[in-house]
Amino acid sequence: MSALQIKKGSSKHSAYNLRPTFSDVQESHTITVLVENEPGVLARVIGLFSGRGYNIDSLTVAEVDHEGHLSRITIVTTGTPQVIEQIKAQLGRIVSVRDVHDLTAEGSSVERELALMKVVGSGEKRVEALRLADIFRANVVDSTLESFIFQLTGAPDKIDAFADLMRPLGLVQVARTGVAALARGQS
Amino acid sequence: MTRQMTGAKMVVQALKDQGVDTVFGYPGGAVLPIYDEIFQQNDIRHILVRHEQGAVHAAEGYARSTGKVGVALVTSGPGATNAVTGLTDALMDSVPIIVLSGQVPTFMIGSDAFQEADTVGITRPCTKHNWLVKDTANLSSVIHQAFHVAASGRPGPVLVDIPKDVQFASAEYTPKPKAPVGHYQPQVKGDMETITQLVEALENAERPVFYTGGGVINSGPAASQLLRELVDATGIPITSTLMGLGAYPASGKHWLGMLGMHGLYEANLAMHGCDLMINIGARFDDRITGRIDAFSPKSKKAHIDIDPSSINKVIKADMPIVGDVAHVLEDMLKVWKARGRKVNREALAKWWRQIAEWKQVDCLKYKNSETTIKPQYALERLEALTKGMDRYICTEVGQHQMWAAQFLGFEDPNRWMTSGGLGTMGYGTPSSIGVQVAHPDSLVVNVAGEASWLMNMQEMGTAVQYRLPVKQFILNNERLGMVRQWQQLLHGERYSSSWSEALPDFVKLAEAFGAKGILCKDPKDLDDAIMEMLNYDGPVIFDCLVEKHENCFPMIPSGEPHNKMLLGDVKATNAIAGKGAVLV
Repeated sequence: MSALQIKKGSSKHSAYNLRPTFSDVQESHTITVLVENEPGVLARVIGLFSGRGYNIDSLTVAEVDHEGHLSRITIVTTGTPQVIEQIKAQLGRIVSVRDVHDLTAEGSSVERELALMKVVGSGEKRVEALRLADIFRANVVDSTLESFIFQLTGAPDKIDAFADLMRPLGLVQVARTGVAALARGQS
Repeated sequence: MTRQMTGAKMVVQALKDQGVDTVFGYPGGAVLPIYDEIFQQNDIRHILVRHEQGAVHAAEGYARSTGKVGVALVTSGPGATNAVTGLTDALMDSVPIIVLSGQVPTFMIGSDAFQEADTVGITRPCTKHNWLVKDTANLSSVIHQAFHVAASGRPGPVLVDIPKDVQFASAEYTPKPKAPVGHYQPQVKGDMETITQLVEALENAERPVFYTGGGVINSGPAASQLLRELVDATGIPITSTLMGLGAYPASGKHWLGMLGMHGLYEANLAMHGCDLMINIGARFDDRITGRIDAFSPKSKKAHIDIDPSSINKVIKADMPIVGDVAHVLEDMLKVWKARGRKVNREALAKWWRQIAEWKQVDCLKYKNSETTIKPQYALERLEALTKGMDRYICTEVGQHQMWAAQFLGFEDPNRWMTSGGLGTMGYGTPSSIGVQVAHPDSLVVNVAGEASWLMNMQEMGTAVQYRLPVKQFILNNERLGMVRQWQQLLHGERYSSSWSEALPDFVKLAEAFGAKGILCKDPKDLDDAIMEMLNYDGPVIFDCLVEKHENCFPMIPSGEPHNKMLLGDVKATNAIAGKGAVLV
């Protein structure tokens, strides 16, 4: 069970606790959950979100400690401040959950996502796609005479921006991993 | 010394090591090896129920009346799915129980085998935690861990699913002390800074009120003792939820009675008008709060709860304290005493005068009758004739449940077993069996409505088989009383399917089961009939024919705040309208 201390807002790093808990403003938060990697643990987390009507904008999961059998689940969710607090408390209540951190509330963090995008086209459009890919530092990982697959890493909005640019240039398929995130600094 | 044994033997050994003396269950193909082990020993008593739902409710009754963990044993497939209602009930009311379910052998899982169901999948949202044990080597430590999870923190139901081949296979037994309890260690000590802040608020409050819940009872007898000490030393009024009745005695000087939708007028108005609300182990359930945006508008609110997710879920807490009730109350008392035992005596006296005025309304008054038994009267007589007895009360769900909460007085914790959160009709009969098994010499009464009672009446067979002298006190109005009341309040008296038609003759039914049946329909005979029930050494079905269209008041209509209560003299037809109509 996480040591969720409700006492003075959720952070010493930010003024997050100063906003009203019961406001109507929708906020997007990145929450990282360390769980014991046992069968069904992902179902517990996802079931919590669907059962209580919370949103999942993005979710990634993989084992991060093979010896300790711990997995990290990174969830991007949207809700009012009260709902976000509830999500964290409810996650902390799951017996297989070791630790819950709200990266959005706890100061700055690094968020990265990997995307693969297939762009089909020829002539001028194909050249333009390659030029833009260079600007976004996307790599070409597969190519035919009529198509590219670009690999792009970055924050979600960078990937959104790149996808928007590629759409008129022949974007046909997108695969995204969802957000992986860690807090900046030593802790 | 290592001990090799089969999985089935491990189950029985682990239960013994955990101090279990009783298991409620029903056998089937996938649990036969465990039943074979139970057959060959005498330390654990198995109570054969008539339906798995009954086993789980009986385990709940056992757990709630003893404070120990209740145990149920069911087979795979339908055995497990029948346990789902009981598990959900225990989750909503925080009752520590363990359900052990059989499963098809591991090599058949996923093949749609006979009596296969995805039990851990089905029960995941209705348990605190559950396990599918695929290796006998892990079985005993999982069972020990299951007891730890069920009983610690906010208690709740857990389920251990055991495939049949795991029961047959042998491995080394892990004794209780060596079993890793895992990382699940809820915080029990409250934050001292906030506790001090709360004590300071308590010293200065002009209109304080304690609002207590099932958490006090779950925290154990020490919590109830500390609560009584704090309430009586400070002189602050106290009200409680349905789940918390008995933590503070009903005869206590500072008792306001239950609060909430069918709570007492003075309790609800005290909640509405207070300037300091101290919530101890309650969760601001919608039956309690009424309309949220008008809930106790002028108060600072402290909330003591062991479950962090209860805090700020519904009502914003100004002083949130995460911790076990007994630990926090102990610290509160210590701080309050150290600071000189101060309260705002003058303001408190004025507050009590205000409360006395509200009490004058006499919100539980009803029109009695000389020809028909009023349900309230029946409960008043039951209360009068059983007062002072070593008594446990169970209920079903509906009008009779609310009347029982209003008209019966509870002096001690763990004496009141009712389905609060889930509102499970059919809870009472099996629950009363669980209570009676735990307290064979005590009086156990199930206050029931005829409709609820029929939902699990098969358990009378269990009562008779084990000579459990449970008293089934049925307030028979031949109606689904609460449904009918709501149809009157909300749907223009169109009583859609709320009649109990084709009711059995309850006296004959009792006799068919081998129990005693008593029929009473005249108020003049009521006392004698109740005495006959109490004096009979065996299970009794008491068919008390009561007024058919009595409404349960007072009532906060759905969608209204505490100060908009309906009292008994209100014109009930279509009294609920507007936005409140969509609420339940």
